[in-house]
Amino acid sequence: MISLAGRDILHSWGKFVLTGIGLGLLIGVTLTMAGVYRGMVDDARALLNNSGADLWVVQQDTQGPYAESSSLRDDAVRSVLGLPGVARAANVTYLTMQVRRAAAAGVAPAGASDDDVRAMVVGFEPGQPGEPGYLVAGRHITRSHYEAVVDIRTGFVLGERIRIRRHDYTVVGLTRRMVSSGGDPMVFIPLKDAQEAQFLKDNDAIVNERARTAANPSLNRPGVPGLLEAIQASQANNRNVNAILVQVQPGTDVEGVAEPVRRWKHLEAFTREQMEEILVAKLIATSAKQIGMFLVILAIVSAAIVAFIIYTMTLGKIREIAVLKLIGTRNRTIAGMILQQALGLGLIGFIVGKVAATVWAPVFPKYVLLETGDAVRGLLAVMVICALASTLAIRVALKVDPAAAIGG
Amino acid sequence: MKRSSIGTRRLVLGLLGVVLIAAMVYVVMRSGPLAPTRVTVVEAAEGRLTPALFGIGTVEARRSYVIGPTVAGRVRAVAVDVGDTVKAGQLLAEMDPVDLDERTAALDASVARAGSAMAAADAQRRDAQARKELAAVNARRYVELGQQNFISAGAVEARLQEQASADAIVSAADANLAAARQDQQRLAAERAGLRQQRANVRLLAPADGVVTSRDAEPGSTVVAGQAVVRVIEPSSLWVKVRLDQGRSAGLAAGLPAQVVLRSNPGRAFAGKVARVEAISDSVTEERVALVALDQAPASLSVGELAEVSVALPSTERAVLLPNAAIKRLQAQTGVWVMEGGALRFVSVRIGQASLDGQVQVLDGVKPGTAVVVHSEKDIGAHSRITVVDSLAGRTP
Repeated sequence: MISLAGRDILHSWGKFVLTGIGLGLLIGVTLTMAGVYRGMVDDARALLNNSGADLWVVQQDTQGPYAESSSLRDDAVRSVLGLPGVARAANVTYLTMQVRRAAAAGVAPAGASDDDVRAMVVGFEPGQPGEPGYLVAGRHITRSHYEAVVDIRTGFVLGERIRIRRHDYTVVGLTRRMVSSGGDPMVFIPLKDAQEAQFLKDNDAIVNERARTAANPSLNRPGVPGLLEAIQASQANNRNVNAILVQVQPGTDVEGVAEPVRRWKHLEAFTREQMEEILVAKLIATSAKQIGMFLVILAIVSAAIVAFIIYTMTLGKIREIAVLKLIGTRNRTIAGMILQQALGLGLIGFIVGKVAATVWAPVFPKYVLLETGDAVRGLLAVMVICALASTLAIRVALKVDPAAAIGG
Repeated sequence: MKRSSIGTRRLVLGLLGVVLIAAMVYVVMRSGPLAPTRVTVVEAAEGRLTPALFGIGTVEARRSYVIGPTVAGRVRAVAVDVGDTVKAGQLLAEMDPVDLDERTAALDASVARAGSAMAAADAQRRDAQARKELAAVNARRYVELGQQNFISAGAVEARLQEQASADAIVSAADANLAAARQDQQRLAAERAGLRQQRANVRLLAPADGVVTSRDAEPGSTVVAGQAVVRVIEPSSLWVKVRLDQGRSAGLAAGLPAQVVLRSNPGRAFAGKVARVEAISDSVTEERVALVALDQAPASLSVGELAEVSVALPSTERAVLLPNAAIKRLQAQTGVWVMEGGALRFVSVRIGQASLDGQVQVLDGVKPGTAVVVHSEKDIGAHSRITVVDSLAGRTP
């Protein structure tokens, strides 16, 4: 028995292939949109994974350090380290800023240069939680100052000098998928440098502040030598960090460690689940919903278009179907032909879409995560839609009067 | 014709299908959970490494002098300016002596007056002495006459009393003279003290050096101990280096060091650790060491930022690995070892590290073992991997 569907496709293969590709691109867009949504959530999760922490200790009554600003003294880590169940704890600072190439710095004013990259500068203690877990090139930081490990997305290369505030840093290592919840690539620098970068004012501001203090008669008293210097020294340094990353000993209940921190240390502590809740449900909620909404509409529109294409393809073959009926072809064969064609079209469309989405996903500026689960669901959805659309077409085909074949 | 056309179409369609399926297979294999993680691998090799410590510091003067008055007063003159080279004993500034000169003059007069008083006392003494001698002669004569009973005993006793009285007057005159002399000595001493105070308002350079700041101008009032000028000894400049406590093991005096000044980042100056402070900074968790430069550049400025690398003696031969290979799995430190295409986590003991990223592995890995260095993402024991030469970028 010859395949009616195959014969028909062979007959008008150009139309079939082009329709399939067009459909595929549409499916590709839908898959990509799903990937954008997944990528967004994954960025948030990547941030949590990379920090390697079981517990985040932040300023009391804040939901920092990612969702809100949090600031605590950098010696608080010592009292956290002394709690039972804590294996390791380390200070960390986060600061999102424009990072410039050192060569470009100074030539163009800040902000005007194309040579700067939006990045999240992470201050970490080498060998402690918060350190990048793996590198794709180079080495970890060995000096306690002025070295940086950067995400490959920043575009910096090994050995390059980058400028953060007033100091130049040498890029010694590259890593991957180290991003902030907003998808900005990370730049890892030693904690002390990061503290300085975060809280250091520019030179003009420092000079102005000194002059302002010196002009204050109560702070610059002639009878008390050294007072002015002491005040100015205390204004110039900062001992704050944004969070403490805590790793608990294996087998310890994380909540059991968090509870005394909240109660006795007067700090806030979030477990991994709570942090994920904050990041996914609060921080990126609106933009994720926005994308999700768009994804839903796109999926509906795609389904409608697929259905209409199948339907119009069948309508275009009304005369041929009438002929088939006239020569006594069974309804089942005709229905089978239309269903096979629809499913074939759906399959081709899906493959083209999946390939297209995979090809263009890395070009996107933010991370696009194409999940296998999404692909399988997409395939099922496409097949179901194609099958449903073909029933519509089959109904029309079966109603065709065989007389239509001879112009009746 | 018709058949061949259909055959061609079938061929083309078949080819398209094959291409599509091939593309799909490629996509599935290259991305998603089935895709292997690309890694780079290094063979563990034996060698020595020269560990080094790195810290930043500021240029400071070993000896700096804050020169100011010992009592509150007004500055009369400042003789030097910032940047002047001064010699030991040179006048730097002078405080207003106020009434010191006048008080010296008054004491001069007092001393002179005390001299006059002494002369008067001396004259009085000589007068008393003369009277005493006369009284003695008279007394002796009256006593002889009294023995021969020429005169009454009462007259003799009166002359004896006269003699005793004259003796007492001489003693009083002696005491008066001594008092006048002591008075003069006291006044002279007071005058000397005042002169010293006068000299003390002249602020002199305690050593050869360079003036670094001029903190008070003539006419301004300063309290005791407040600086008028500051002087440093330029030959005593060194770098006060702060090193992370966690990376300061092995720091000792005498180790060679390289100093890179912020003003001249292209050049490293040789130096030596002159001293390691016994007290480290508990707030910043840093150790403090002082590094003296062998040949200090002339342009060295106090307060300049410097990056210092202290070289430690090279280690024993041991297995060396790049620090990117060292991972932490739960509480263990170790490396991922490749054995016949499979991965195994081997915990290792880490020794010293060098600044260029090499780490000494004390045990756990034998030379020749293939160890994963870089990876595209976190790897586990069941990760599928492919080994490539490099993942990104060039090595520094």
